[in-house]
Amino acid sequence: MFQLGPLKNTPLRYGWVTLIFHWSMAIGITGMFCLGWWMVDLDYYDAWYQRGPNLHRSLGVVMMLVWLARLGWRWASVQPVMSGDRLQTRLASTLHWTFYVLIPLLGLSGYLITTADGRGVAVFDWFTIPASLTGVDNQEDLAGEIHWYLALSIIVGACLHSLAALKHEFIDRDGTLSKMLGRKVPDTKNVNPIEDE
Amino acid sequence: MKKTLLGLALGLTFTAQVNAAEYVIDTQGGHASINFKYKHLGYSWLTGSFNKFSGTFSYDPENIAATQVVVDIDPLSLDSHHAERDKHVRSADFLDVKKYATAKFVSTAVVADGEGGATVNGLLTLHGVTRDIIIDAQTIGAGDDPWGGYRAGFTGTTTLDTTAFGFNMPPENKVYLELNIEGVRQ
Repeated sequence: MFQLGPLKNTPLRYGWVTLIFHWSMAIGITGMFCLGWWMVDLDYYDAWYQRGPNLHRSLGVVMMLVWLARLGWRWASVQPVMSGDRLQTRLASTLHWTFYVLIPLLGLSGYLITTADGRGVAVFDWFTIPASLTGVDNQEDLAGEIHWYLALSIIVGACLHSLAALKHEFIDRDGTLSKMLGRKVPDTKNVNPIEDE
Repeated sequence: MKKTLLGLALGLTFTAQVNAAEYVIDTQGGHASINFKYKHLGYSWLTGSFNKFSGTFSYDPENIAATQVVVDIDPLSLDSHHAERDKHVRSADFLDVKKYATAKFVSTAVVADGEGGATVNGLLTLHGVTRDIIIDAQTIGAGDDPWGGYRAGFTGTTTLDTTAFGFNMPPENKVYLELNIEGVRQ
């Protein structure tokens, strides 16, 4: 299914570093949403009652680091041309940048729940990130609401993003999904040479 | 000297007044607390408090039966010294503070035990449920404060049946309340 091409992106193809970033975050975000959804309803006496949130917090911090690295990589990379007309590429670009903005806000809001009373966030048993902003009135409740709505927005966005990719792949047949699987764009004639800005 | 005598005279006049007086619970000055404790897994005491509440009482040491107490409690102010637990306890799983934004205690009958204590019967509304509770109360002390006021202080304890208040908790695991009330006479 995957074709690992060059390390870096080219105008017609994603390099494997981008592919790893894209798919690890796709799995990570979906998995974290499911984990978060599941863990908050666990019974107090469930073995996962503490394990689930600990894993959620730790992975969250790791994913923020991945997000940062991905942003850096993106700035340093060429973006392959996007398929679709002007409106479609604009919409796609807007959604991509919405993800780039909402994801760190999601992480930040999660951090503000855990650290609301001054306790740090333990990342596995590797290290602890200390609290910074604390003591806002009912900070944990407010940050919790924000965390939930951001997560929901990102998941809705991810669904739109996936549906659009499937539509391009199987209805427009312009190879959008194939491109994210590491293949070369099959038909460059259909490609609109607007760069993803 | 004259001023001191005048102050003393005024002070005596006020302390001499022992009829039922209205008191405002000194939450502003932080001389009152609503604390709770609960056994964690049956292994240790977990303690916390409701930090925002306000109330008044009428009190006449000669006529304890005439005592009336009204306290409004903000359930959102629950503090168990752990933000994530507080968030959970305030959520729909327990206090459901979005739905039940207020809690209240209103006394219905106060009976003196003749040894400085009293039994305070009253209605507690919590989690949208109103139930009779009984508070065992003790007078701690009363008198002038150094700033020209007059204060009276009490302590009380009661046990909440969590099932009766609609909480999904092991029924044998009660919540114990400890109340410390200092009122400033109006």
